[in-house]
Amino acid sequence: MHWLKSLNASEQVALLFVVLFGFLMLLTVGLFLNSLRERVDEEARRASELTWERVRRDLRAAWIGGCMFWVAWISGPLGATLLFALFSFLALREFITLVHTQRSDHRTLIVAFFVLLPVQYMICGTRFFDLFTVFLPVYGFLALPIVSALTGDPQRFLERNAKIQWGVMVCVYGLSHAPALLLLDIPGNTGRGAFLLFFLVMVVAASQIAQEIATRTLRRRPVARQISRSFSMRAWWIGTVTGAVAGLLLYWITPFKAGQALAMAFLTSGAAGFGGLVMKALKKDAGVLYWGNRSSITGAVGLLDRIAVLCFAAPVLFHSVRWYFQLPLGYR
Amino acid sequence: MTPAAFTGQLLAFIARLITGAQGHWKGCPPKAEQRIYIANHQSHFDLVLIWAAFPHELRAQTRAIAARDYWTKSALRRWLTTEVFNAIYVSRTRANPDEDPLEPLAEALANGDSLVIFPEGTRSSKGNPMPFKSGIYHLAEQFPHVQLIPTWIDNVQRVMPKGEVVPVPILCTVTFGAPIQLREGETKADFLCRAREAVMEQRPDPTLVGRLVEAD
Repeated sequence: MHWLKSLNASEQVALLFVVLFGFLMLLTVGLFLNSLRERVDEEARRASELTWERVRRDLRAAWIGGCMFWVAWISGPLGATLLFALFSFLALREFITLVHTQRSDHRTLIVAFFVLLPVQYMICGTRFFDLFTVFLPVYGFLALPIVSALTGDPQRFLERNAKIQWGVMVCVYGLSHAPALLLLDIPGNTGRGAFLLFFLVMVVAASQIAQEIATRTLRRRPVARQISRSFSMRAWWIGTVTGAVAGLLLYWITPFKAGQALAMAFLTSGAAGFGGLVMKALKKDAGVLYWGNRSSITGAVGLLDRIAVLCFAAPVLFHSVRWYFQLPLGYR
Repeated sequence: MTPAAFTGQLLAFIARLITGAQGHWKGCPPKAEQRIYIANHQSHFDLVLIWAAFPHELRAQTRAIAARDYWTKSALRRWLTTEVFNAIYVSRTRANPDEDPLEPLAEALANGDSLVIFPEGTRSSKGNPMPFKSGIYHLAEQFPHVQLIPTWIDNVQRVMPKGEVVPVPILCTVTFGAPIQLREGETKADFLCRAREAVMEQRPDPTLVGRLVEAD
């Protein structure tokens, strides 16, 4: 531990990546070797092949996620912002494709894609965080219906605008808080933003995995059967508490004390768990099961499925960190 | 890389960024055979989209059709159509009654190139394509060995509705169906009707999505 503390910030971050990629490497090799094991009967072999297929997909996602994280870090504020801006763009594209906008929404969509999204990330990249938190909820919220009203189509006005507002809030506002965490300078924690993002991702991942396992094994009565046949409050609690514990175990990489880390991880993973349910409701409403359904009407790639929970968790963590550390308004 | 090749790559990249431009090869593999792709036409964006959906190797020898009067007006337009897209010019008005408007197409096919044709002749804004023009029938008659691939471009009308200039990012697909050919003794009207139905069959069925087995 003393040795760890003697390293400077960038060396610590480098170590974080070495550990992360080392772990992924071990996991990949281990699972690959396991898949090579001889299976005696046909049944078991088929089952193991299916599992390997699924595991490989998850592994690939983990590798891609890890590499993205690394690229975001080494490329600095500009690179991180651009990278997440691209993700936002792709996610919003997927969202808008599936909620079926009308012809008269064209101008509104142009504003959402080519004005609000770039401006939000520009504000993020320049670390102008007091404007960053209100730009979309205040100015964007008003700008979109104005553009929409100017096109002069009153048909389903509220519904059409609500769809676009929602897409912007989830895919742009929510996701833009991930690079913001990377860029947030907390006194005494300068240059170690990567740990905050890492903290967020690990906490969310732990809670999601725990919730998934809990729903598989517990088989509790679902709270909202029409929306999700698997979501139960018990599973949510298990996921959230697991996320909180993961946060507690990781407190030493964050600027928080143990108790604070626990509280923040609790909030974050709770938001992620409910966020997943909300996204499921949205999907049911749009008539799809995955955002990137395979038989696809649209050929969506399913990015939104992977990052939706992050979109809900990131703003919560970002706000609670800023609020807790009482970073003054306009603090960069 | 020549400027033309670079522009081509750039345009394909932009089309992919905005629409995804996913090619679904349902009825035939993306092979470098001689083919005529017959597609529905809803937007100016169609050509770039179908072109971006092709694998890189197919683009050079798959040629689109451009209206001569429109696409030779300025140097830029001419450069785009000849150098980048390697398009074939077709006159919309006949200079003399003997001129065959299909001649440049027949020439390209005789050279071994593939073609992209929008047989409706113009853009249709309502759901179903308009009746097909007879050009493809004559080409199918003259070149019986060339496969006709029915192609459906989906969702593109949402990207750029008529009258708008800026495209909105929305995912589109291009579905390629099984090849059709002119049957022995088939009349022109029957063939055109069958070709149109084959194109419409490639339309992805939105109701399919709801019937998927619940994975949750």
